[in-house]
Amino acid sequence: MSMTHATPETFDRNARRALADPILHRALRNLADNFVVRRRNVILSVDDWQGLRERARSIKEETLLRLDKYLEQFTENAAKAGTTIHWARDGKEACEIIVALVRATNAKMVVKAKSMTGEEILLNEALEEAGIEPVETDLGEWIIQLAGETPSHIVVPAIHKTKQQIAELFVEKVGIDKTENVDVLTQTARKILRERFAEAEVGISGVNFGVAETGTILILENEGNIRMTTSLTKTHIAIMGIEKVIPQLADLDVFLKLLPRSGTGQRLTAYQSLITGLKKDAEDIGPDEFHVVMLDNGRSRMLAHRVTRQSLACIRCGACLNACPVYQQVGGHAYGSVYPGPIGAVITPQLIGLSKAKQLPYASSLCGACREVCPVKIDIPELLLHLRAEITEGSAGGTTVKARLKPKFAESLAFKMYGLAWSKPAWYEFGAKVSRLMQRLVARDGKIGNVGGLISRLVPPLGAWTAWRDAPVVAPKSFREMWRDKENDAR
Amino acid sequence: MKVALFVTCLVDQLCPNVGMATVEVLERSGCEVTFDERQTCCGQPAFNTGYRNEAKKFAKRFIKIFENSDMDAIVSPSGSCTAMVKHFHELFPDEAKWRERAENIAAKTHELSGFLVNVLGVDDVGAVSDCKMTWHDACHGLRDLGIHDEPRRLLKNVKGIEFVEMENADVCCGFGGTFSVKYPEISAGILDNKIEMIEKSGADTVVACDASCLMQIAGRLSRIGSRVQTKHIAEILASRE
Repeated sequence: MSMTHATPETFDRNARRALADPILHRALRNLADNFVVRRRNVILSVDDWQGLRERARSIKEETLLRLDKYLEQFTENAAKAGTTIHWARDGKEACEIIVALVRATNAKMVVKAKSMTGEEILLNEALEEAGIEPVETDLGEWIIQLAGETPSHIVVPAIHKTKQQIAELFVEKVGIDKTENVDVLTQTARKILRERFAEAEVGISGVNFGVAETGTILILENEGNIRMTTSLTKTHIAIMGIEKVIPQLADLDVFLKLLPRSGTGQRLTAYQSLITGLKKDAEDIGPDEFHVVMLDNGRSRMLAHRVTRQSLACIRCGACLNACPVYQQVGGHAYGSVYPGPIGAVITPQLIGLSKAKQLPYASSLCGACREVCPVKIDIPELLLHLRAEITEGSAGGTTVKARLKPKFAESLAFKMYGLAWSKPAWYEFGAKVSRLMQRLVARDGKIGNVGGLISRLVPPLGAWTAWRDAPVVAPKSFREMWRDKENDAR
Repeated sequence: MKVALFVTCLVDQLCPNVGMATVEVLERSGCEVTFDERQTCCGQPAFNTGYRNEAKKFAKRFIKIFENSDMDAIVSPSGSCTAMVKHFHELFPDEAKWRERAENIAAKTHELSGFLVNVLGVDDVGAVSDCKMTWHDACHGLRDLGIHDEPRRLLKNVKGIEFVEMENADVCCGFGGTFSVKYPEISAGILDNKIEMIEKSGADTVVACDASCLMQIAGRLSRIGSRVQTKHIAEILASRE
């Protein structure tokens, strides 16, 4: 099922659609079963996992507090090594820079390594508009491109697709005979992609970490396609969010232990490409031009507040998606944004504006599983609550929204009433008494079944609750009444 | 030890027996229990939905009521409401005095099973029960308060009880406060996974430290006609032959 037209504003509808899709459900169950278990087992191979998380967070915190300094260091050192640095305020600017760079080479096609930042700025659309064919070379990302969809996961973009669906796609789009043999499918992709690599002159990648001390970028992967994208081409363009910078090469020791374990449950990815500027010897393999496009696109806004700043510590491992009960139910497309899951629910509203993603901060039961698995200890529930308060009252003190949004009238009225009435024990008890009378209309055998139609329209929360679950009734005698009896008996 | 009971509005109005059971267990463990009738709600629904100004009023009210009593501890039969009290200080970023008062109250506030095991040093309350039970880790008790072994120790020491662990005991039941009515379909989807694990465990009773999770789980069990019962940990610990 394609949900490419889903937006964050239709999260409720997208989610309902996803829940009704049994194939998606099966694919998502694989995710939970595989990645969650693998991660849990592999982190045991690190002596002090919690200590490592602490260190990672403090490195990120230090970097973000002095981001200007580290960005200057990174770009200076990268430039010294032969890297050309570009700065982009937003996605549009980044796309313009990249399109201009590709045009200058006269290339009509580029090979691309999987990059969420590239997705964020809608780079493929921009390239296509400019008459340049983008070819995704990560297997999952290539499948998505064939299907005309967007990634549904930060690390495993085609996780929403089953083997059968992929097989059907290959039959339709590349004309192979029907097979469900995974080896045949991957060999088919490999053969096609090798040919594209051979003709490619320009490669575009993302960046996992940019080391300030040396001007080096690090990219992690398992398929070798990134190594080829960045070394077989004559021009390599890397797009890097400004938050990806870390102070020293030695810090990689921490992040290389955390990222693969958290993301895919691996001790280490199959490839780690460390790229510092241009090749030193003209005879060596490697591009003649290396460009890094530094992207802000709303990131510097997040720096301003202690709570929102945490968002920039994210290393895009995807562990919070895998652990999230909501993501496990609805998958990535329901979020209608490039970044799905818990981290997407906090980053998206900050990137595109709260007014365009009001539902996302509420798309969580606040269970905290995301915070527990986050390798850099981002307190995602705290961020969700911060954004919720910004939506309803503008009361969290953030700078992510300029004007206070109008919350739903009925909801804010209900909370005002609750605030007023429940601050007076007499009113609170009176409310309970009224409920005891009212519930006689709907309660049977000490519980309330599906209230349906009319009542559901009059009291929407009761309708929503009882559509799925029986509701309890207010007890004939409250605890405080029982307590009074007990006290009287004692006297 | 003098204990002020923070009964929570949910227990007060929907399952008062859990409140009585909590008093019973605390008294049996040697505590003198008091209950201040001015208490209502901790304000968590407002806080979690983004109504911080409302939540702040509840927090101030709670602090005023509880800091004036001469208790040694505040004990609640809810991990979630206890966790809310521990969040109070976040509501006063610019009010140092209130923040300090909030922190003082938070330090004294405990969830029942954590209080029994970690503060009183009790892991056998002399209860008797013949149920085959499984434990659901309520999220806020588990992840905000770090309550994991405490209820298990207490329950395993109940005479006659059979304790079975379900798979994914630490995964959310899908309640999430207003989440359960804002996104009822997602909430129910998560809940059905939980129900599947409960049924698979073979237990006849599912036990938790939060009336809210139990309300969610019981509501679905009842709807699908399951024979599995829900019980609050206080009810099991208060049970006698």
